[in-house]
Order: sequence, then C-alpha cells, then structure tokens
Amino acid sequence: MHIMEGFLDTPWWQLWFAVSVPVILYGIYKMNRLVSEKREILPLLAVAGAFIFVLSALKLPSVTGSSSHPTGTGIAAIMFGPAISSVLGTIVLLYQAFFLAHGGLTTLGANVFSMGIAGPLVAYLVYKAGMKARINFYFVVFLATAFGDWTTYAVTSAQLALAYPEGGILTLGSFLAQLKVFGAIFALTQLPLAIMEGAVSALLFKYVVNVKSEILVEMKVLEAAVVRKLRGSSA
Amino acid sequence: MSRKLEIIVLAILLIFAIQFVYMSSTTDAEYMGTDGQAEDTIKEITGGAYEPVAEPLWQPPSGEIESLLFGLQAAIGAGVLGYFLGYYRAKKKYENEHACKRKSNSEGDSQSL
Repeated sequence: MHIMEGFLDTPWWQLWFAVSVPVILYGIYKMNRLVSEKREILPLLAVAGAFIFVLSALKLPSVTGSSSHPTGTGIAAIMFGPAISSVLGTIVLLYQAFFLAHGGLTTLGANVFSMGIAGPLVAYLVYKAGMKARINFYFVVFLATAFGDWTTYAVTSAQLALAYPEGGILTLGSFLAQLKVFGAIFALTQLPLAIMEGAVSALLFKYVVNVKSEILVEMKVLEAAVVRKLRGSSA
Repeated sequence: MSRKLEIIVLAILLIFAIQFVYMSSTTDAEYMGTDGQAEDTIKEITGGAYEPVAEPLWQPPSGEIESLLFGLQAAIGAGVLGYFLGYYRAKKKYENEHACKRKSNSEGDSQSL
C-alpha cells in the first residue's frame, strides 16, 4: 500500500519529490538510450512494466489478518536496473493515484522513492551479489525480488515514522518508536507477500530465459555460461 | 522439460491459500488494507486533529467501481504480459524451424553437386 493522498505534511512530500525526480529523469534518459540502441528490448520492457501492473493490482490477504499488495518491481530492477524501474513504477503509481484514489499526487514522490527506487535498488544489489556468489539463478531471483518487495514497505514505514514521530518532535528515539508502530502494520504484513512475489518472479524469469535468453546475456543480466547451465538442467 | 520450479511455486502459493482459508474461517480478522490502518494510526497519534494536506482529485464512487479499476489494471498487465511472452515464444519457434529448413536444404545442395 502506498502513502495516502495528503498524508505527508510539508516539508516531507516536497523532500521526497526532490529525491525521486532526478532518479526518474535519469531513468527516462537511460530508457530512451537503451530503446534507441536496441529496439528488440522494447517487448521485454513491456513485460517488466506489465508485471508491475498485475502484481500491484492484487491486494492479497496476509497472515497478520490484514491485506496489502506486492510491488512487482524486482523483475524490472534485475533486467534494467533501479533507474528504469523507477520510471515504470511511476507509471503504475500515477494510474493508481488518478483512477483509484490509491496513493496520491502529493505523496507520489515518497511512493516512487519506496516502490520505484529503494525496493528496486535492493533487489538489484541482492541479485548482483547472489550471482557473484554463484547461487542457483532462480533462487537468487527469488531472494532479490522478495527483499525488494519487503524493502519498499520497510521504507514506507520509515517515511511515515519520519513524518509522524512519537510525540511530534523528530528525534532518533521518537522516530524508532514510531517505526515500530508502522513497521508492525506494513513490514510485518508484507513478509508473506514478499515471499509470494519472489516465487512468482522466479517463475516469470524462467519463461523469459526459455524464450529470450540471448537478450539477457546481451544486456549483461546473465552470463552465457549460466544460461547454458539453466538450459541444460532446464529447471 | 522439468517442472520443478512450477511445483515449488505452486506449493508456496498453496500454503498461503490454505493458511488464509483456515484463518479467515476460524478468526474474525478483517483483512483491512494496511493503508487504512496507517491512516487510523496517524489520526490516533495526532489526536484526531490531522487534516490531510490534499484530497484525491477523484475517488471511485463505490467499492465495486474501485475493484473494477483494480481488475482493469491487472487485466491490462496480464494481457501485455501474455502477448509479448507469446510473441517471443512463437518467434523463437519460427526461427528454429527456419534454421532447420535452411540447413537441410543446403545439405541437399552439397549432395547434388
């Protein structure tokens, strides 16, 4: 779930815009360059964007007795990196802000930061580290996307705790106290959903590897040796 | 083609589904959205005095319309996803068949020479 319209006071909503806008602009620049260099990645970009559309529309029940939705941004982060993911995330957040009163325009900067930047960045880093450690590819995708999903909600909790510290005055102590409260709502609910998102993302990646692995190698997402191994075992 | 990954993913989803069915029938959990809970928490912290600094420009007039638009979002995404995965799959198949044909043709040529 995103921060609701109007629920971040000045200066917080402006601050998150200031952080997010440069990343979005860089992402648009990177995306344009990538598409003009390799037109054949356009369908893959659409797949990554569509996955975010599907997953962030599904409000799922969690073990905590409340419901929330996954983000789906991990796939885009692994394929294209965090900057381009932030552009795709922004598109989805705009749809939800305009048509669903879910999230909002004033809180867009903060929501883009959590869902489009922080989550994908963590997913990207986990993926790179996991591949370097030569762990099973699909398990790495699972870990990366699950952590990315969870990070988004941990960051949302932190953003709210910063804006609403306990007692109204922002100190480390009051921030942490409130982080616990929001963390109990968001981060805890999200744990099982993050696991589900990781599992489904790994499965989608399997199909992409099956039909279009050469483009992943070309984009340096996967090494050719890893693809051969995956194809050989065809897990 | 091995289906190991599909089985694992299905098992994970099944565990959560069973857990949900069990819990929703034995407890009175409301499965309220986390954003609504956060809203309540913020109102509580600020002693009910909090006024949102902005209102949504437009709100779905009912829960039905809201689920329509959420459903639409998922449908658009699923459609695009299926289209392009199918496109890649068919393209690859076609290219493979084409390559096979060309190979067998050129072999035939060399024999006739």
